Amino acid sequence: MTRSELIQAMTRSQDKFESPDVDSVVDVILDQMVDSLSQGQRVEVRGFGSFALRYREARKGRNPKTGESVELNSKYVPHFKPGKGLKERVDIK
Amino acid sequence: MALTKAAMAEAIYNELGINRREAKELIELFFETVSTQLEKGQEVKLSGFGNFCLRDKTARPGRNPKTGEEVMVSARRVVTFKPSQKLRTQVGEFNGEAE
Repeated sequence: MTRSELIQAMTRSQDKFESPDVDSVVDVILDQMVDSLSQGQRVEVRGFGSFALRYREARKGRNPKTGESVELNSKYVPHFKPGKGLKERVDIK
Repeated sequence: MALTKAAMAEAIYNELGINRREAKELIELFFETVSTQLEKGQEVKLSGFGNFCLRDKTARPGRNPKTGEEVMVSARRVVTFKPSQKLRTQVGEFNGEAE
């Protein structure tokens, strides 16, 4: 399912909002999550899961094309931890 | 402080003028729709944010960390999140302060 299919599905599932409004709402939700994470703030959605940052040490990497060695700075990467509800729903019964 | 559904509803109200109760319902619907897809075994790709992928894990021997007892971890399906390049780049600019 893509973003536009998600918006279609959400529009069909309720009768108060048409797709342009649903689209704007999804935009705000995703922007809020991106903004929070870029400020080092976690995102917590009960039943669904949480997003947080994980620290990665600086390391030496290699350009896979040229084989050249490059210094990679330490950084933070986003990490998602599925909640109990989502874990149980997704698992094969 | 963490971003919660209540804070998202507040942002939707401020930016779009949709009242908090209806905003909350749409937020619930958003996460419910994503969850339903994943439950059906279908991945969800949100451009600019990331992809929710599914992985089927085979059964493997494990250990009860409390008792040390050997147990079989059953085959299962798990969700993983692959952040988009955009999200990685934005988050990469975080300098480790705040929180």
